[in-house]
Amino acid sequence: MVFTEVSVDSIDGPALLAKVGADEDGAAILFLGVVRDHAEGRQVQGMRYDAYPEMAEEVLKEIAVEATEHLGTDRIAIAHRFGELEIGDISVGIAVSSPHRSEAYEASRYVIEEIKKRLPIWKKEHYIDGVSEWVKGSIPPGTGLDSSVHSVPSADDELV
Amino acid sequence: MSVSIRTLFFAAYRDRLGVSELLIKLPTGSTVADLVVELRGRGTPFDSLPEEPAIAVNQIYSFLDQPLVVGDEVAFIPPVAGG
Repeated sequence: MVFTEVSVDSIDGPALLAKVGADEDGAAILFLGVVRDHAEGRQVQGMRYDAYPEMAEEVLKEIAVEATEHLGTDRIAIAHRFGELEIGDISVGIAVSSPHRSEAYEASRYVIEEIKKRLPIWKKEHYIDGVSEWVKGSIPPGTGLDSSVHSVPSADDELV
Repeated sequence: MSVSIRTLFFAAYRDRLGVSELLIKLPTGSTVADLVVELRGRGTPFDSLPEEPAIAVNQIYSFLDQPLVVGDEVAFIPPVAGG
């Protein structure tokens, strides 16, 4: 089964893993994205994730279905969180299972890379000095624009 | 004749504009590009929006030449950074 969720609820990794798996599967893996305490040399004390929730649900479903092609099974469960997160909180969880390990690793990697390219979610880092900034992002494919990485300007910059 | 388009702003764009949602009235037959021109023409802070922003229409990434019809929902999408 394909399971996807975008919500403000905390992510339960083992519960995601429990959603995948079958008698024919010899591999089951769980990837967790976790909020860390630093970014590009700056100390981070927390992170705010913003989402376009209805669209993110749809895009995440698309990504999951695409990943089943790599997986060779439909056993995939993905959760992405938004809202205010603390250091150590899980922002994204990806569980997959397949008969052999290589398909599971490939599918998991595919999902996280596609999330970064096109899931309509944004994050703002809160630094220990009290400053907060939006993290550099990617222009999503499908918009007819250059998809290379662009910076999100700070409040004092022109938005480009 | 005109159409009213529900227009959404997220993350850096919402911060900058101080608004998350607007109802924008446009002449019938307008495209996403026309909506961008209309908004930027309102002056500060709207003129800080990109001339060519990433856009989703009805929650699907779309090109700027997409025609808009009654009931469409347009979202201005800053560079995304999930994960």
